[in-house]
Amino acid sequence: MAATKAQNVSDLQKNTVQTAAPKKKKKKLTLLQKRSIYGYLFISLWLIGFIIFYVRSLWLTGEFSLSTLTVDPNKAGYTLEFVGMQNYSEAFLVHGTFKQTLTSSLLDMLIDVPLITFFSLFMAMLLNKKFPGRGIVRAIFFLPVILNSGAITEAITLSQQMMAGGLNTQIAETSSAASNIAFDIDYLVDMFMNLGIPASMLDYISSAVGRINDIIAASGVQIIIFIAALQSIPSSMYEVARIEGATGYETFWKVTFPMVMPHIITNVVYTIVDRFANSEIVDLAYTTAFKQFNYGLSSVFSLVSTVATCIILVVIVGLIQKKTFYYN
Amino acid sequence: MSKTWEKAKKAMKDPDVAKSFGSDISKFLILLLRIAIIVGVAYVIISPVIGIIVNSISSNRDAYNPMVFILPQNPTTERYSLAMERMNYWPTLGKDMAYTLSLTLLQLFVCSMVGYGFARFEFPLKKLLFGLVVVMIVIPSHTIMLPIYMTFKSFDPFGLVSSTTGTPGVMGTVIPMYIMTFFGCGLRSGLFIYIFNQFFRGLPKEIEEAALVDGCGTWYTYFNIMLRNAMPAVITVTVFSIVWQFNDIFYANLFLISDDIVISKKIATLQLTIANQDNILDKAIQELYLDAGIMLVLLPIIIIYVALQKYFIEGVERSGIVG
Repeated sequence: MAATKAQNVSDLQKNTVQTAAPKKKKKKLTLLQKRSIYGYLFISLWLIGFIIFYVRSLWLTGEFSLSTLTVDPNKAGYTLEFVGMQNYSEAFLVHGTFKQTLTSSLLDMLIDVPLITFFSLFMAMLLNKKFPGRGIVRAIFFLPVILNSGAITEAITLSQQMMAGGLNTQIAETSSAASNIAFDIDYLVDMFMNLGIPASMLDYISSAVGRINDIIAASGVQIIIFIAALQSIPSSMYEVARIEGATGYETFWKVTFPMVMPHIITNVVYTIVDRFANSEIVDLAYTTAFKQFNYGLSSVFSLVSTVATCIILVVIVGLIQKKTFYYN
Repeated sequence: MSKTWEKAKKAMKDPDVAKSFGSDISKFLILLLRIAIIVGVAYVIISPVIGIIVNSISSNRDAYNPMVFILPQNPTTERYSLAMERMNYWPTLGKDMAYTLSLTLLQLFVCSMVGYGFARFEFPLKKLLFGLVVVMIVIPSHTIMLPIYMTFKSFDPFGLVSSTTGTPGVMGTVIPMYIMTFFGCGLRSGLFIYIFNQFFRGLPKEIEEAALVDGCGTWYTYFNIMLRNAMPAVITVTVFSIVWQFNDIFYANLFLISDDIVISKKIATLQLTIANQDNILDKAIQELYLDAGIMLVLLPIIIIYVALQKYFIEGVERSGIVG
C-alpha cells in the first residue's frame, strides 16, 4: 500500500518535472520529502506483509470466532456461517478443559517470569566477571536456545513417557537434577519450616528448584541481554561506589540494579511472550483446529488467551515502568 | 601453597596480617562458590546432551547393563548408520540446509532493509508504525495461524497457481514460508527488524553524510556501506535465524511442508519408522536409535553455532538488543 503511494508520488514528481520543464519552473520535492518517500520504500515490504498477514488475520480470527467454519474438501476455500456468541459460550460453559488450561497456563507464566528474570540476572552477573574459560562457559549457557527446539523436546519427552526403567532412568536422572538430589529434601523443608518461613513460599521455592531444568533452558536469551546490559554500565560508577566505601551488597542495590532496570522490562516482555508461545493453551488451540477441525472454537481459544496475555503484559510492564529508573 | 602457609604463620603473630589473610580466605571462598554454581548450572545444561550421546553409541547389551554409566562398554556406530538410512540423512539435510539458508538470506535482506528504513528516515506515522513492529513481536504466531492457513490453502493470485498445478493452494510446499519471509512476517521477523533498527540507530550519521557528499544513492549507501558496517547485527540475526528456522516445526506443520525438506520433522516419526521397518519392538532399543537421530539433527546446528559463537556473543553485546 505504501509502495503504491510512494510510487504515485514519484510518478507525480516525474510528471511535474516533465510538464514544468518547458515553463522553466522546476518544482522539485524538498530533500526532506524525498527522504520520507525513501523511508516508506524501505519499509514497504514489511508494511504490506503486516497488513496482509497480521491486520487481516486478526480480523479474520475475530470473524471465525463468531461463526462456524466449514471447509469444503472438493473446492478450495471455506464457508462461514454466523452463529454469534455460540463459540464463546461453548468455550466457557461447555468445554471440559479450556478454563483450567487457560488459568494454569497463565499462572505458570506468572510464576515463571520472576524466577527466570532473577535467575538470568544472577547468572549474568556471575558470567560478566572475567575468568579463564569464560568463552566456553558462555557458549554452554546459550546452548539451551539451540536444544530447545520443538521437535527435539517433543521426542525426548515422548520417549521418556513411553519408557520406564532400563536405560531411560539414567537419562531421566541426568537430565532432571530435581529427581537426583542425593540428600533428603524433606530435611531442608522441615528446617526452613521451623525457621518460620511460610509454607506457601516454601512451596514456591521447592517447585522452582524442581523445575530448575526448565528455568535454565528458558533463560538463554535473557542471560545474554543482561550481560550486554551489565557491560553498558560505566565503570566509573563502581569506582565511586568503592571509594565511598559501599559494600558489594550496597553496590548491587544502588548501582547495578537501577542501571539494569530498563532491561528487566525487555526481559520480562520477552519471557512472557516466550512462555505464552510454549504454553498448554496454545497447544489446545492447535489441536482443536487441526485435529478436531473445530476452527471456530480454536479461534476463541486463541483470541481469549492472547487478550489475557496482553492484559498481563500491560499490567506488569506498567507496574515495573513506574519503578524504573532511566539513566539518560 | 607454601606462601599461603607462611602467611598463615605470620597471621598468628601479627593482627594486621591476620586481617588481610581473612579477606584472602573469604575471597577464595567466594571464588569457590562462584565456580561451584557455574559448573553446576553448566552441568544441568549439558547433561541431557551427554545422556543422548552416550545412548546413541551404546549397544544392546549396554542398554540393559546397570553397571554402565557415561562410558558404554561396547560402543557401536550401528545406531547412527541405521538412523541415517531411515532418515535419508544426507539428501534431506542438503535440502533442509538449502531451504534454511535461503530463508535466512531473505530474512536478513528484508529485515535489515526495514530496520534501516525505521532507523534513518523521518516519515509521517513513523512512531505508530514502529509500535506495530513491537506488536508483531508480542502477538504469537498461533493467534493468526488459522487465517494464514486458510489463506494459503486457497492461495491463487491471478490464477497463477491453479494454471501450473491444476488446483489452487500452495499447501505442502515451501512457497508460503518464502512469501511470508519476503514480506517481513516470517519466523520472528519482528525481533530481527527490532535488532537491526537498534543497531543502525547506534551507527554514526557521518558515514552516510560522507557517502551522500561523495555521490552515493540512498540504495547504494544502505547496501554497500551501512550493511557492511552492521556486521555484528548481521551475524546475530544470521545465527538466530538459522537456528530457529532449522528447528522450527510449527510453520512446517502448519503449511504441511514435507519432511523430506524439514529434517526436524523426521525426528517425530523416527522411532515409529524404526519400530515398523526394522521390527525393533523393544522400546528401550528404539530409544537409542531416536537419540542417534537427535544427535544427527543437532550436529549441523551445533557446528554452525560453535563456528560463529565468538562473533555471535560479541554481536549480541554490540548489536543493541538491549537498546
